[in-house]
Amino acid sequence: MSNSETTGCNGVNIEAILGAREALTGAPEAAQFKWRATSEWVNGTHTRSTVEKYFGLGEEHSHKTTFRYDTDHPEIFASEDNGSTPLEIVLVGLSGCIGAGIATVAANRQIKLHSVKATLEADMDMAGVLGIDADVRNGFNGIRVQYEIDADASEDDIRAIVAQSQKRSAVYDIVTNPTEVEVKVTKA
Amino acid sequence: MSDQPRKLVAGSTDALIVGAGHSGLAISHCLADLGVEHVILERGEVANSWRTERWDSLRLLTPSWQSRLPGYAYEGKDRDGFMSMSEVTDFVEGYANITEAAIHRRTEVTCVSLSGDQYKVETSQGVWQTRSVVIASGGFNIPHVPAIAGGVPDFIQQFDTHGYRNPGQLPEGGCMVVGASATGVQLAEEIHQSGRPVTLCVGEHVRLPRNYRGRDVQFWMDVCGVLDESIDEVDDLVRARNVPSPQLVGTSHKQTLDLNVLTDMGVRLVGRLAMIRDGRALFSGGLKNVCELADLKMNRLLALFDEWVDEHSEDPGQGPRERFEPTRVDASPLLGLDLNGRELSSIIWATGYRPDYSWLDLPILDRKGMIKHQGGIADAPGVYVLGLNFLRRRKSSFIHGAEDDARDLAGHLHAHLGNQNMAGLG
Repeated sequence: MSNSETTGCNGVNIEAILGAREALTGAPEAAQFKWRATSEWVNGTHTRSTVEKYFGLGEEHSHKTTFRYDTDHPEIFASEDNGSTPLEIVLVGLSGCIGAGIATVAANRQIKLHSVKATLEADMDMAGVLGIDADVRNGFNGIRVQYEIDADASEDDIRAIVAQSQKRSAVYDIVTNPTEVEVKVTKA
Repeated sequence: MSDQPRKLVAGSTDALIVGAGHSGLAISHCLADLGVEHVILERGEVANSWRTERWDSLRLLTPSWQSRLPGYAYEGKDRDGFMSMSEVTDFVEGYANITEAAIHRRTEVTCVSLSGDQYKVETSQGVWQTRSVVIASGGFNIPHVPAIAGGVPDFIQQFDTHGYRNPGQLPEGGCMVVGASATGVQLAEEIHQSGRPVTLCVGEHVRLPRNYRGRDVQFWMDVCGVLDESIDEVDDLVRARNVPSPQLVGTSHKQTLDLNVLTDMGVRLVGRLAMIRDGRALFSGGLKNVCELADLKMNRLLALFDEWVDEHSEDPGQGPRERFEPTRVDASPLLGLDLNGRELSSIIWATGYRPDYSWLDLPILDRKGMIKHQGGIADAPGVYVLGLNFLRRRKSSFIHGAEDDARDLAGHLHAHLGNQNMAGLG
């Protein structure tokens, strides 16, 4: 939220984050953000999504550059594998979010991180999406995340950082709790 | 007095205390010590909330030796026991009997508003003018039931924590208890024991053993200074004030009542109730993490107790260092439950309380309806609040926590009146 170059522990500018927290406590309307993506179908199961603008602090913002994400299905489904599956993007979002939280929480607790590595794996029964068995859900049956962290702290303190990061993670919340999704369609 | 018309002037005073519970009576004693003239108004009887708004089996979470108020202490025989609600009522009533100030019972405050440099207090028994107001009406007036309760099918009977008294009220069949603080785990246990299989929705919670190294956990919290921690010593006061009550129960056999005990009993643990959609209760997939958070937090507290023992050569405890089994959670906890499937016949909302300030016509409420205050000193001169979670110290909402807060605020109130007098003379 700040362009300040005075980054501290773990490369996190914790003072800027705490300052923003303080400022937004007194200005709840400025805390209202909108995150956006646009996407366009390319061909087959290949879709290209872009992320550029978002809204927050009462005004529009743009990322430094426009980010593009290709999603597709692998060749075993007779697709061209032009990108990761959308399912894997969910895992990317989850680990990105918890990872950002780990660095921030650790910085706030003045714990220096040396390395943070995560391996994510999700189980899914294809009988759901393929309509083979109505009792099988489409989505993941579960997600397992394995963290390997080297930091100047005890194992319990490291576990507490990861637990706190999950507690404060937006993507973790979205994945573990129901979210209302509204899809509207217009003819172009 | 009860026949007087509503608008009749009841009197004027320097300080008016709303509520004759332990907090209101405690500050009354402190004000009397300072020679401040005051009255106490009570909507019902002394200790009204303890008397009428709690379930049958409830006992204090703190041992009786800890129950003390300014100039008053527990003098019964069972110092290590936990008072029942009727014993608490007797305890507070006994305190009221040695209170010098006038206690106006069955006098409900209907409006407090500014009137010049004083306050006008309208009541069911007339109008008071006062130079200062102490809000000691409690922090647990209204059970908070989330809006999602509206999605529960009609055939399921719902109870909040004021409506619930004992399992006998409930229909036969499964019961879902929403919330796993002290209230939730206590009700889950007694309802499950009554033969109604319980599903317990568990969000963020505080796990504590009843006993540690042979002493009550409150003993350790006391000697280690945890309970005396002040609002200046915590880095996130909002969070500290909203910490749910710990998973404790006061029983004669000093039983621990954590989630593992409930699991062993057959209670089914599920994640926080996130939503009810199309008659289906949806539970958070974050159960493991809230349990991990609670286990880690408990272990940090136990480590603090151990450090204290290490630093004091004479160990007051009787046992060795202990660590408890981590909270057991199913590999795949239930994520949804069809409420129309007839498995459940009742739901208990143990989802917290809110104070009732509907009678407060002063611009001192924040956007969530809570009183804006600095350690009990409200954002209006001469207005104070007592008895809320972590008001000035971690122990603020406990009976024994009232004393230090009441002394501090009585001192501030006394000085405020003095300053007003000086200004008047000037």
